[in-house]
Amino acid sequence: MVDIPEHLLQRSAEARAKALGISVEQAMAEMKGQSDPTIISKEPEVKVIDETPAPAAETPAPAAETPAPAAETPAPAAETVTPVKEEHAAETTEKVAAVKIEEKAPVAKTPPPAKADAPDEVDFAPDVKVTQRLLTVVKAKPIQKPAKEPIDKVNTWPHLMLPEFVALMAMTAFLIFLSAILQAPLLEEANPNVTPNPAKAPWYFLGLQEMLSYWDPQIAGVMIPTVVGLILWMAFPYIDRNPETHPSKRKFAIMFYTFFLAGAGTLTIIGVLFRGPGWNWVYPWIDGIWFDDLLDWIHFE
Amino acid sequence: MSLRDRLKETRAKASDGFRGGKLMSSIFRPGSPFRKGYVDSPRNRSYVVMNNVLYHLHPVKVKRHGVRLSYTLCLGGLSFFLFIVLTITGIWLMFYFRPTELAYVDIQNLQTTIAFGSLVRNMHRWGAHLMVLVVFLHMSRVFYHGAYKAPREFNWVIGVILLLLTLLLSFTGYLLPWDQLAIWAVTVGGNMAGYVPVVGAQVKFGLFAGLEATTATLLRFYVLHVLFFPFIIVIFMAVHFWRVRKDGGISGPL
Ligand code: HEM
Repeated sequence: MVDIPEHLLQRSAEARAKALGISVEQAMAEMKGQSDPTIISKEPEVKVIDETPAPAAETPAPAAETPAPAAETPAPAAETVTPVKEEHAAETTEKVAAVKIEEKAPVAKTPPPAKADAPDEVDFAPDVKVTQRLLTVVKAKPIQKPAKEPIDKVNTWPHLMLPEFVALMAMTAFLIFLSAILQAPLLEEANPNVTPNPAKAPWYFLGLQEMLSYWDPQIAGVMIPTVVGLILWMAFPYIDRNPETHPSKRKFAIMFYTFFLAGAGTLTIIGVLFRGPGWNWVYPWIDGIWFDDLLDWIHFE
Repeated sequence: MSLRDRLKETRAKASDGFRGGKLMSSIFRPGSPFRKGYVDSPRNRSYVVMNNVLYHLHPVKVKRHGVRLSYTLCLGGLSFFLFIVLTITGIWLMFYFRPTELAYVDIQNLQTTIAFGSLVRNMHRWGAHLMVLVVFLHMSRVFYHGAYKAPREFNWVIGVILLLLTLLLSFTGYLLPWDQLAIWAVTVGGNMAGYVPVVGAQVKFGLFAGLEATTATLLRFYVLHVLFFPFIIVIFMAVHFWRVRKDGGISGPL
């Protein structure tokens, strides 16, 4: 108790005195260890509780009949309480008893409702002075509020890296196998004076080349690839404002892309297999395949 | 103790000595499975990624549904891997290839006189076709999952640029063998550039380094193919991968 400032000591002594019903000087003395601490026994309270119902139970009868006799109740109530206090908590007796009387009086005075409400109004710790009050209720929640529900996650090693490694090995094996059985084409040396017929682009451009045979090159060769293929396609996420990702909720987008795939696939297959000299229609099973890039050089070694 | 057990023990000791030695500990950072005393624990599993150059690509943890092979089919990863394979085989091919009138002869020699020349050339060529296909499939996967939606819109834009660069790499490489297939495929494509409104002729001239495909075009395509486009695509890939992580990892689940 060395370093506590006097004004704080004074304040807590006052609080203690108020709580225990003793004088401030007494409380201060107790706090400084100069006097034995005041002990409030729990027993009297229990007794009081036990006894209170008794008068209360007795009271209702007269109370119910006439308001007048009810006024008498305080006296017995005071009588019952006071001796108990004297026995058990000498120091606080008078004060508590007085309180007791004050409190019981209004209850007893209450006419009929007193009977009905009696169980609710039983004060289970009538002698305990409440020395604290409720300022606010703080709900229990974390200081840091997570923005979202936690996501179900697994360790990258090994759950992602091992499958990746397997996929990578499988791809390598597939590529080596393909390269071992399928010889890349090498035709005669480049000759600007000899134009092959047909002259075909790589397969991924053959859909475009096919479109070129229907439309003006300005449209099929330039406008469609750059405006539709590049600019609109890049802007697509900004055009599609539907936030849903589940296929059942974006049927139009799914349909749109599927039609695109089907169209591009069809054009490419036509360009690869069904176009011959002069870009005329051919049937690969009749006229042969007019596509040097992929197919003619299969050899097994 | 049987001889076999004793051999086993000796080997284990030697292995521990090597893995715990200065050399290995200097190469592999703590947590690596190649270091002595690696045990399979959640902490070490994190360290495998965290104390590793791969941490630039992968986070320590990923969404559970994302590792199901059926979600991404690993298509983005395979696009990247094919790019790596193409870089390795491509560098190897560069040892034997001159982008001049000799280009065609070089390819012939490569196929006939150089060990594994044919195989490596085939791998480079089929790998390139495969990459176009796999990137396209990756794009389709992304589309069908709606994985381009917020916050991933911009990664889709980068993706389209990557697709364009992949096609450009493929197309510029197509000319290099300098055979009839190469020169005429590129002529068809280059002529299309001539139809660009207003500046068509200039674009075509710039592409061909002249009025038609010549060895000047060959050199131009070669430089674009081995240096310029790979350089650009690596930058865009870096941004692409970085955005995948910054956008909260893989999309979904649906
Ligand atoms: C060189 C080409 C490309 C490479 C190497 C590449 C690589 C990757 C990788 C490794 C991922 C992680 C997820 C996965 O594997 O699916 C990814 C995701 C993604 N890619 Fe690509 N990509 C390429 C081209 C494209 C293209 C052409 C598009 C679309 C036009 C695209 C759009 C996206 C989007 C939106 C994501 C996020 C997907 C999600 O979160 O589910 N990428 N990419």
